[in-house]
Amino acid sequence: MTGEKIMQSMVPMHERSNGLGGGFAGYGIYPEYRDFFALHIFFNSESSRTECETYLRTTLEIVRSETIPTRTIPEITDEPLIWRYFVTPLRSVLSSMQVDEREFMSRIVMRINTVYKGAYVFSSGKNMGVFKAVGYPEDVGRFYRLEEYEGYCWTAHGRYPTNTPGWWGGAHPFALLDYTIVHNGEISSYDANRRYIEMFGYKCTLQTDTEVITYIADYLLRKQGLTLEELANVIAAPFWSTISRREADEQQRLRYLRTVFSSLLITGPFSIVLGFEGGLMALNDRLKLRSMVVGEKEDMVYIASEESAIRVMEPELERIYAPAGGEPVIVRVKEGAY
Amino acid sequence: MGQDYMYPEFEVVRREDRCIRCGICVKQCANGVHTWDKQNKILHIDESKCVNCQRCVCFCPVHALKIVKSEAGFRENANWDNQTMKEVYLQAKTGGVLLSSMGNPKPYPIYWDKLLINASQVTNPPIDPLREPMETRVFLGKKPATVQRDAEGKICCQLEPQLELAIPVLFSAMSYGSISYNAHASLAQAAKELGICYNTGEGGLHEDFYAYGANTIVQVASGRFGVHEDYLNAGAAIEIKMGQGAKPGIGGHLPGTKVGADISKTRMIPEGSDAISPAPHHDIYSIEDLRQLVYSLKEATRYRKPVIVKVAAVHNIAAIASGIARSGADIIAIDGFRGGTGAAPTRIRDNVGIPIELALAAVDQRLRDEGIRNQVSLIVGGSIRSSADVVKAVALGADACYVGTAALLALGCHLCRSCQTGKCNWGIATQRQELTERLDPQEGCRRLVNLMTAWKHEIKEMLGGMGINSIEALRGNRLMLRGIGLNQKELEILGVYHAGE
Repeated sequence: MTGEKIMQSMVPMHERSNGLGGGFAGYGIYPEYRDFFALHIFFNSESSRTECETYLRTTLEIVRSETIPTRTIPEITDEPLIWRYFVTPLRSVLSSMQVDEREFMSRIVMRINTVYKGAYVFSSGKNMGVFKAVGYPEDVGRFYRLEEYEGYCWTAHGRYPTNTPGWWGGAHPFALLDYTIVHNGEISSYDANRRYIEMFGYKCTLQTDTEVITYIADYLLRKQGLTLEELANVIAAPFWSTISRREADEQQRLRYLRTVFSSLLITGPFSIVLGFEGGLMALNDRLKLRSMVVGEKEDMVYIASEESAIRVMEPELERIYAPAGGEPVIVRVKEGAY
Repeated sequence: MGQDYMYPEFEVVRREDRCIRCGICVKQCANGVHTWDKQNKILHIDESKCVNCQRCVCFCPVHALKIVKSEAGFRENANWDNQTMKEVYLQAKTGGVLLSSMGNPKPYPIYWDKLLINASQVTNPPIDPLREPMETRVFLGKKPATVQRDAEGKICCQLEPQLELAIPVLFSAMSYGSISYNAHASLAQAAKELGICYNTGEGGLHEDFYAYGANTIVQVASGRFGVHEDYLNAGAAIEIKMGQGAKPGIGGHLPGTKVGADISKTRMIPEGSDAISPAPHHDIYSIEDLRQLVYSLKEATRYRKPVIVKVAAVHNIAAIASGIARSGADIIAIDGFRGGTGAAPTRIRDNVGIPIELALAAVDQRLRDEGIRNQVSLIVGGSIRSSADVVKAVALGADACYVGTAALLALGCHLCRSCQTGKCNWGIATQRQELTERLDPQEGCRRLVNLMTAWKHEIKEMLGGMGINSIEALRGNRLMLRGIGLNQKELEILGVYHAGE
């Protein structure tokens, strides 16, 4: 699938954003560099780029670096320097830090985003990439020439920012390693989640709730080894009254997850799509305070805030439904297809 | 001697046109303010004995009585206020340490009243607790750092012992001795009905109350009164009392006059003997000693009970709490300097310790900075006066709140602050049978349940307003608070923005 289809799907969603941020994540787009982490970085200036690259070279082997190709269009202006690097950790540094390469990369991303002024890593996974900007999503897609990329999974988002100013880094998707989040909503548990997750080395620098959801997903999936279903049971935990009606074993499991990770319960309205290598998960808050629909046809699955976005991509669906609040929809690409 | 005479602090005003000479005020006042002159058939008032407990006012069937603050006093002086001067005279007369009770009444800043709560508008919908589930249940105790799985990949759901509370509130430690049997009975029954806990204080557990074990926190204090294996195993959790907000660094003293047969048995001390709790635990002279006691208690209860360590909020509280968190404690209880007491040296009560709001904020942040916040839960007390205080405490980072004074008010206490005299007209802080029987445990329980139920409703309303539908999403959620009239340093310690920011 090229990026063309998902760009089209964002057109009827125009009214749901206000031009202050749009973005896409494509999975499977860099097959020739599949074994390398693809860092997408915004730089404010050449000097911030030089400074950051010097740091990168002390820890990473850079096999390719280039500006990300863009198209000059009147709708997108004031772009920063946009670069991408295909990298792999320097073995010597990696072994001295005694962590795996994913943890290593996540620390580098955190460091650049908190320490290096004027540099912001907005994509850091393997064989995937995030593309985002200030603008309407359909324009952002054209700006990045997404029709030229081919992938097995795409997510997209148009922003209507309320809490934070629209800036390039603030657009969705938010990404850490191969996890990306697009999020419709505003979470009321933000500061409880943020102050908890920051205990584990994450730094929320953007004052935006989507960033914290990304780190929660990374923490629970990668560091705690939870499954996607368990992740959903934590962040959109069933009510105690619901838990009490489940089978004894299930009750114990849900009770455990809710008790242990109580600070990672997310309240307030949200519909999120979490992208990861090999698939995605869509989830609504447990009260379903945000709309989200799922459409299916053959081996394709479409998820959107509104049915109209899905109909643009596939007018003839076999099935369309709205998942219940807190009920994760997990889609996995067939093994070997990515 | 004439120079020790002080015009009484209160005047008892009787409206003669209403008074029916029924004599109820005479019977109600254990202080002997009201007396009936049989010969002349008149009621006498000795206001010098009045503590303004409002008992006679409340029970006068024709509302003929009121107590007013006396206008008489010494010449005005901003530096030497009346109270200060009176205390000097009293000490000049007696040579003694002044005693007081209940919480610090001095006009120190009350940070709860300088914090404002958020609500949702437009970008985020408020949630109506009458229409949607709104959860207030909390689990206190250690949480594991990593999830363990068995060979089949199933999560091992075994948790360290947790204390489950239906609302994030517990009744504070008040010993049998400092308060009456009926007061304890009220608290125990109410805790059970509410799905929360009350706390035995350091006076042991009366055998009648073992039935409420699941809702009881049993305390182990420096005097070790009433501590034995069954006692430790009777409760839902064990609390080691290292300090108390009203008297940090000071032990306790229950006068022998209050140690009757029942209390003697419960505390396991001879009848009529003074019950003295030393200032330190004499087996805890450092943090590693605390660790030994924590684990001794865990051994004695086969690791089935969470252990709480209660400390007073003092200057270095963040570092102290961090030490406690690493000593094996499951829960830390911090008691602020406005916390209540049955008796404390006045100077200590009014001058030692720090406000709970600042202590809580500092401790919560410190534990997070060290990455150990989920190893312990935090309970705070020391003047939690309303559901709004609970909400603010949770938003600052507390897991739950201890409520003492408010619970006593529900039982009838009018904060006359004379508990140390043992003549509580409301039957709470006394052991005199004719007084204790004034408190009906069933009525007391009902009022406590009412109070906490009202708070629960209010907490739910405030949570819903913030767009939050479970209390855990409020815990440590400091963006839900804004300071008002606070300086930069105070805001920094509390970790909140100023209103308008």
